[in-house]
Amino acid sequence: MSTQANRRNWGARLVLLLPYLWLLVFFLVPFVIVLKISLSQTALALPPYVPVFDFAAGWAGLVEFTVQLSADSFRLLSSDAIYLLSYLKSLQIAAISTIFLLAIGYPIAYGMARAPRAWQPPLVMAVVLPFWTSFLIRIYAWINILQRDGLLNDVLTRLHVIDAPAAWLSSDTAIYIGIVYSYLPFMVLPLYAALEKMDETLLEAAADLGCPRWKTFWLVTLPLSLPGVAAGTLLCFIPIVGEFVIPDLLGGSETMMIGQTLWTEFFSNRDWPVASAIAVSLLGLLLVPILFYERLQQRSLEGGR
Amino acid sequence: MRRGASSFNIISVVLGLAFLYLPITILVIYSFNASRLVTIWGGWSLEWYRELLHDDAVLQAAWISLRVAVLSASFATVLGTLAAVALTRMGRFRGRLLFSGMVYAPLVIPEVITGLSLLLLFVALNADRGFWTIVIAHTTLTMCFVAVIVQSRLVSFDRSLEEAAMDLGCPPVKTFLTITLRLIAPAIAAGWMLAFSLSLDDLVIASFTTGPGATTLPIRIYSEVRLGVKPEINAVCTIMIAIVAVGTIAASLIAKSGTARRDRAALGAQV
Repeated sequence: MSTQANRRNWGARLVLLLPYLWLLVFFLVPFVIVLKISLSQTALALPPYVPVFDFAAGWAGLVEFTVQLSADSFRLLSSDAIYLLSYLKSLQIAAISTIFLLAIGYPIAYGMARAPRAWQPPLVMAVVLPFWTSFLIRIYAWINILQRDGLLNDVLTRLHVIDAPAAWLSSDTAIYIGIVYSYLPFMVLPLYAALEKMDETLLEAAADLGCPRWKTFWLVTLPLSLPGVAAGTLLCFIPIVGEFVIPDLLGGSETMMIGQTLWTEFFSNRDWPVASAIAVSLLGLLLVPILFYERLQQRSLEGGR
Repeated sequence: MRRGASSFNIISVVLGLAFLYLPITILVIYSFNASRLVTIWGGWSLEWYRELLHDDAVLQAAWISLRVAVLSASFATVLGTLAAVALTRMGRFRGRLLFSGMVYAPLVIPEVITGLSLLLLFVALNADRGFWTIVIAHTTLTMCFVAVIVQSRLVSFDRSLEEAAMDLGCPPVKTFLTITLRLIAPAIAAGWMLAFSLSLDDLVIASFTTGPGATTLPIRIYSEVRLGVKPEINAVCTIMIAIVAVGTIAASLIAKSGTARRDRAALGAQV
């Protein structure tokens, strides 16, 4: 084993080093910079924040730099209700839409898993295919439907469900529809993967022993599919909290989700420190679910090493 | 399945697929609408496609997006495959936890955070923002998706083939190139396609990392969509959907004929 390891050494080191360095430079270091700028102050300069760390100044420069850091941006975040409301709204929307996704996605995944074997690959493909088309296109498709003179109002007035066209667009309802629509494959696929692996004989055993179908589902199917439920929930919940495009195009202007607030602070107000502070606290908020997700991935892809 | 699908199962799958496909179908149909208004059907027409041919801004944006997607998907496929090999074949190494953490995190971390952090890096490095900064940003995001796809293939196949080759004195690099790479080729191809379409699709990260002269198609579409529904945009979207649908179906047919050939070969060997 040791000679083999020696022979491998060179190529192996390169295999690891390339992606490792890439991720360090373009994934980890940027976060350190975000953290640093969140502790800076806004300035009318280029780049628009102080202090700027100067390598040439050496140790004295580092001391100078550290002294100038401030928690002003974070103080602003905690004192201004806009930011707090924005976080709360994001969490609320993410939580409720994840529940909707579970409620809609589970029956679909269950139906797919119970379809004839030969049908399953095309069904999986049918669920994945919309995911391959542009995200922006899918949201745009809903604007076509939900706008005031759009199809939904047209159909509903013709069916006399409503008398006058209702405002579907620019509302939380529209955000929920857009999110559920866009994230459905992310919920269905892990659920299907868990349900499809299930041992059929367990269900037969339960049926033979006289267990009613709903009880079999509750006592056997559901507990066995819990890893899929966890994966789907995390895969949807975490990105939804920071969602920008969907609330921006479908939502109203009253309360913004946190991704929108970050975007506005950065692009409209040009306040880089506050935008960075929002990013840091958003990451802090999502740290626990992200770590759960990492554990889940490690367990499924690396056999729990 | 042996117990068969109940009517509830069938209805939920049918309704689910209808929900997924109805909005896209409506969008495609209305791209052929002669009338400018969404609610009024003015008969079939190719007017918006004709107009699109003369829209230089959209065509240029599409060309930029295509180049970014091809380049970043290719880089991401190399880096992602290497990362997957490192995670499945190298056992324990120093910094493994950090490495796997960095590989899985971009899959779920909100895009606004990734976009902002990369932009701040480029500003700190004093890099000119534009085409290449988008390529780098997309490579970073999509290599993680490639890594996960390739990794799930690497853990699922039988390692005895690799071990047999090495026991017979085949050097590790050659073993990798002749055996491992061939076995994971479908996953690598799938990874490239996913990376390509993610890059073609991305609005948020591209908006943060772009610079003058590098407007990608999603950035262009987004600025148009904010102003309201336009039939030209329906036409752009329909073309993109057509490309993706043809590409995906072709890829799955190729993969299928590949497995069919392998199956036949295996059968022949047995007979």
